[in-house]
Amino acid sequence: MKKEGAMTPEGGAHAAEGHWDVVIEPSTPWWRLNLGEIWRYRDLLAEMVKRDLTAIYKQTILGPIWVLLQPLITSLMFAVIFGLMARMALPGIPPVLFYMSAVMPWSFFAGVINKTAATLITNAPLMTKVYFPRLIPPLSSMASSAFTFLVQLAFFFVFAAVYRISGSYAWAPGIALLTLPLLIILEMLLALGTGLIVAALTTKYKDLNFLIGFAVQLLMYMSPVIFPLAKVAPDSPVRPLLEANPITPVIEGFRGALLGTAMDWSTLWYSAICASVLLLAGLALFQRAERSYADVV
Amino acid sequence: MEQEPLMVQVQGVGKRYRLGTTNRQQLTDDVKAWTAKLLGRPDPTLPVGAAVDPQRIGEDFWALRDVSFEVRRGEVVGIVGHNGAGKSTMLKLLSRITLPTEGTIKMRGKVSSLLEVGTGFHPELTGRDNIYLNGAILGMRKAEVNAKLDEIIAFSGIQHHIDTPVKRYSSGMRVRLGFAIAAHLEPEILIVDEVLSVGDADFQRKSMGKMKDSAASGRTVLFVSHNMTAMRSLCSRVIWLDNGRVRMQGPTEDVVGAYLSNFTSDQSEMVWTELDTAPGNDVVRLRSARVRPDPDNGTFSWDTDVLFEVCIENLKADDGRHLNINVQVLNNDQLVLFATNLRENTPDADLGPGIHKVRFAIPGKLLNPGDFRFNLMVHYQGKLQFQTHSIIGFTLPEPVRKGAWHGKRAGLFRFPVAWQHERTSAGDQ
Repeated sequence: MKKEGAMTPEGGAHAAEGHWDVVIEPSTPWWRLNLGEIWRYRDLLAEMVKRDLTAIYKQTILGPIWVLLQPLITSLMFAVIFGLMARMALPGIPPVLFYMSAVMPWSFFAGVINKTAATLITNAPLMTKVYFPRLIPPLSSMASSAFTFLVQLAFFFVFAAVYRISGSYAWAPGIALLTLPLLIILEMLLALGTGLIVAALTTKYKDLNFLIGFAVQLLMYMSPVIFPLAKVAPDSPVRPLLEANPITPVIEGFRGALLGTAMDWSTLWYSAICASVLLLAGLALFQRAERSYADVV
Repeated sequence: MEQEPLMVQVQGVGKRYRLGTTNRQQLTDDVKAWTAKLLGRPDPTLPVGAAVDPQRIGEDFWALRDVSFEVRRGEVVGIVGHNGAGKSTMLKLLSRITLPTEGTIKMRGKVSSLLEVGTGFHPELTGRDNIYLNGAILGMRKAEVNAKLDEIIAFSGIQHHIDTPVKRYSSGMRVRLGFAIAAHLEPEILIVDEVLSVGDADFQRKSMGKMKDSAASGRTVLFVSHNMTAMRSLCSRVIWLDNGRVRMQGPTEDVVGAYLSNFTSDQSEMVWTELDTAPGNDVVRLRSARVRPDPDNGTFSWDTDVLFEVCIENLKADDGRHLNINVQVLNNDQLVLFATNLRENTPDADLGPGIHKVRFAIPGKLLNPGDFRFNLMVHYQGKLQFQTHSIIGFTLPEPVRKGAWHGKRAGLFRFPVAWQHERTSAGDQ
């Protein structure tokens, strides 16, 4: 019998005796991603995004306004605590804008990691009953987070424009604004890769489920969210830690793009390399974990 | 005549599980296991006690082994077998929920498997939104759902509530909506679990009818069930799984007949000494089941009562008044003669945490001699906790009769029938 690829997507006419649409074999090599199959399930992806976006805010009074309130309230808190009291923000920029420019991408990043990490657990009832490409839930939670982030970004532009029109701050982002799409993609890949690794490991070690929340919080303090990298002295012992963190250039990049702050753009290469490595490792581990997953839940 | 093309080909499929796998869930456990191995000590993370024979821990357990079969287009093939024979594993493999350890499964065309209806319903979304979501989960394209939306809504019979969040639905409405969606899938291969045949009679009829339609329209159906009546009416061919292997496959009547006659060796008593292996879940478990003649003189006979007795351990169903035990008595053809439940005449019995013994008697001089078995279902607060099929059984021997004829008397029942006779008019002569 002619061998076909494992779980080959549905092909053309199945009249030919040699062609099989679905071939289930003991193992699937991790690199066989089967993007075609994910593409065929794109409607499921869309439905899951829709579910995420509509279901979360049901039964809340403010509804979708929470999308905007969440980063705004966090930024206000940071502006008061770290900006006004601890004087960590850059001078000359309104602290609320300064913190929003980093809080929005950070919560996007943290949200994708947390949701991806929990994907095998939250979707277990589904995955033990129906087959669909197991990458669909993480991809859909990434897409819904990205949508939320874009809405927040639009809100940021309105907010900053109000500052400019009222004359209280001459907001003028430069050409660096064009790097935004690149920054968003880099951030998504970093978060997805990390999340998939954690998701794969949590199936084996349930403790990680609790740890990941703290780890992500800790990571925030190791990223230039509450302070700019420029405020950390070059000889400070925490500087190497910050520079080793692949999300640091991305967060700094968002600030540079949205507020025009100084930024060493070449450091993004480091993030890109890290993102590729994390993503490949994540896909490999995730594929391995989901294969045996239905047997252990 | 040209043969229909092959739709499913299962070749040498096996699925291995590991007995007593601890599935260490903490990083520290792995570290402990490694260090113990290094120091040559016994692994501290392995389960203590004899839940699984310590000799056998880590031993392989093949849920399925060497299973091969083929299904051609338009065939409706049933899969039968005792509990633990590998039916569920086979379903999971065909549905791609888990992968085989060896062998390959090949399928043609679009495959839909229904192990449950309404999978993935989101309680906050409306019925309409859930049709799209559930349809997509089952592999339907959006355009397909659009085209069939009105039909699905009409079929479900809940038009008036279609824009209400599903969390306000009764469980019956959810099942109806879920089934309406599933019924409008148009796969080339349909894989159905018998869980679909639970529910009320109306729902059963609907789902059976839909499966017959599927088969009639040239679809290939794989159907797993304990229900021999359904098997006989639906399937053209049956595969009998026993101990993870194909014991027999062929025309429905042959296999079903052989499968049913295999039941007669049923025991009259089962005792589970290990909690982990007893039927049940973490809420309630079965400790023993027994059937004996009453008075207990060791032999069953047509004219003595038959006592059915089970020991149930309630582990964490705090509200003992809402624990219920249903028993069905079946004959050799898997036909339910009658069903009864604990709450019929003891509505207030408190089966709180602890071990409880419950029993009832089947009156003597009632059943027509033959082989009988018991099905047991345990519900807590209306939810099914577990069910076991044909756990125990007994044989009522044919009583010694004075008459000349010694053949088997027809019918399900045999009770003293008070024939009466009177002469209404005298003869002429």
